[in-house]
Amino acid sequence: MNILLVDDEIELVSTLAERLEIRGIDAHWFTNAEDALKSAASVPYDLAILDVKMPRTSGLELRDRLKRKYPNIKFIFLTGHGSEEDYRRGAVDGAVYLMKPVQIDQLIAKMKEVLKA
Amino acid sequence: MMRTLFEKWKPDFWYLPVHTQGPFKHMFNFRRIWKLTVGLTAGVTLLPLIVITLIDYNVTQTAIESEILLRTARSVSNTKRSISFFLDERKSALDFLVHDNPFESLMDESNLARILKDLQKGFGGGFEDMGVIDAAGLQRAYVGPYNLKGKDYSDQPWFRKVVESGIYISDVFLGFRNVPHLVIAVKYDLPDGAFYVLRSSLDTYRFIMLLSELELSGRGDAFLINTHGIIQTPTRYHGNVLEPFSLSVPKYSERTEVHEIQDAKGDPIIFGYAYIPNTPFILVIAKLKSELMKPWRQTRLRLIGFLIASITVILIVILGVATYLVNNLYATDQKRLMSLHKLEYGSKMASIGRLAAGIAHEINNPLAIINEKAGLIKDLFCYKKEYADDPRLIRTIDSIISSVERCGTITKRLLGFARQSDVMLQRIDVGELIREVLSFTGKEAEYRSIDVTVTVPDEVPPIESDRGKLQQIFLNLVNNSFAAMEDGGRLEISAVMNPAREVVVSVKDDGCGISEADLRRVFEPFFSTKTQKGGTGLGLSITYNLVKEIGGQIDVESEEGVGTCFIVRLPVDAQPEKENPK
Repeated sequence: MNILLVDDEIELVSTLAERLEIRGIDAHWFTNAEDALKSAASVPYDLAILDVKMPRTSGLELRDRLKRKYPNIKFIFLTGHGSEEDYRRGAVDGAVYLMKPVQIDQLIAKMKEVLKA
Repeated sequence: MMRTLFEKWKPDFWYLPVHTQGPFKHMFNFRRIWKLTVGLTAGVTLLPLIVITLIDYNVTQTAIESEILLRTARSVSNTKRSISFFLDERKSALDFLVHDNPFESLMDESNLARILKDLQKGFGGGFEDMGVIDAAGLQRAYVGPYNLKGKDYSDQPWFRKVVESGIYISDVFLGFRNVPHLVIAVKYDLPDGAFYVLRSSLDTYRFIMLLSELELSGRGDAFLINTHGIIQTPTRYHGNVLEPFSLSVPKYSERTEVHEIQDAKGDPIIFGYAYIPNTPFILVIAKLKSELMKPWRQTRLRLIGFLIASITVILIVILGVATYLVNNLYATDQKRLMSLHKLEYGSKMASIGRLAAGIAHEINNPLAIINEKAGLIKDLFCYKKEYADDPRLIRTIDSIISSVERCGTITKRLLGFARQSDVMLQRIDVGELIREVLSFTGKEAEYRSIDVTVTVPDEVPPIESDRGKLQQIFLNLVNNSFAAMEDGGRLEISAVMNPAREVVVSVKDDGCGISEADLRRVFEPFFSTKTQKGGTGLGLSITYNLVKEIGGQIDVESEEGVGTCFIVRLPVDAQPEKENPK
């Protein structure tokens, strides 16, 4: 199981990755879309957890680019902007949005849910 | 009566407070615009009408009056001529007789009787008798119905006068026969210096006929008086024959005179007179002015009636049209202001929304970091036995995590509240929504010890509506109630379902209440009793419009000093906006 974690906040993304690791989930983390895309060329990711708002390339754009190349990747979005409801409304192809700050157990539950689907 | 009618029909703009400040204050003083419109229109319409009527009234009155004077003068002149002619004719006849017949012939009574008969025949009556009187005043010969032969007239004034002036026409008098008559006497001087007088008496019947045949309007009366003011011929209204005339004897004039004078009762009369030359008679024609003016007055009255009716109709039309136009102007202006303010309010809300969203976003990221770091610390502690067993440490970390969670809830709500520009229908649990709204005002209620209760029974179904608008509606109502309440007050919010498939939410406070006069205006834009305290007067009008937009209705009940209850009825299923129910 390969998990991609992208957020421009290094403190957030690194800590989140560490906490997942403590729970036995390996996650490759990056602070920008370009590095993530490069990594995706070598690692077959099953799930990408992306921040929506990032400088240069946004999470949504990254999703589109990943999806084009690797159509099987599942996505979870983390966002600090807007309500969950709004994102649920705007969500396409079953993408899941979670509002920051998110509780780790909630995140893991969502990850399982998405991967199972 | 008029007042109640006025209260009933008073247009909406009448209640509008007059703005006494601001550069465009005159543009919003609808009462003034209305008054100006009514005043000016009524002025330019009615003034010429009234002026023309007044001028016409005066002109026709003057014309009619002078026409009356002229007509009377003509009657007097014509009648004077007739009477003069009548008397002259008889005088000349006697003059001719006295010259044509020698004294002896006249002394012969049979001859005199023949002459009298011829005269009566020739003149159609009038000559009653005839007598010859010698210079001593003794009636030497007499023919006629009375026995007057041998009568001595020497001490009679008429006899003296005929001796003086040669010819004499008497007043009307009763004389020896006790019947009103007049006398014409002609003196004939004999060559020896002696003289005799031919005298004839005339009954007044012909006179009376002459005068009564006159057709006079306006209770007119034509009669003769003598220069001493004694009535000579019968009158209808001015006394009996041979009694003094009720008015003073008019001043001598050679010409016909007509004046307006007042009779004994003070009524104006048209008084025309003429002195009949060489007689003691004055011809008088008197007419009652009010009678003469009657036909003109009646026409006038009809015209004035028509004028009043026209003025009434014009005023009604002006009032109606002005009220309609100004009311429309007012309504348009209200609409314009409302939309302007909705726009302003909308953009204000959008700005607040953007600001709130920006702040929430900025805070969410550091919050997320705190969250993850605290989580990591907890994770790490949980793996190390000496830390995991220290409940104080775990409690501290949990407290940090739960505080972060609380912050997260707040930012989520902020974001949710800010994003309401689009109309988005969704199923909403009314109770949950009200509690959510109250969470924003919870602190204020707590500080001010306001007891807030929410009663929403389970049978109240979720409604299909717009979350943002509903939040706004209830937030406005709750804030409005809080503003009206004292500290330690009580706010009851309850919802029930009515048979018309509407959820009826009532927001009831025990605040200061709203006066009856203000109650009908609370939903009007810019109506505020809090202007001194920074109220814009828009809160409730915006609430009213929001309720309308989601197809609901809002009503208010209030009693001053007891409290106010706003009742919002919301359709369970989404409906298009209702027509303005106002």
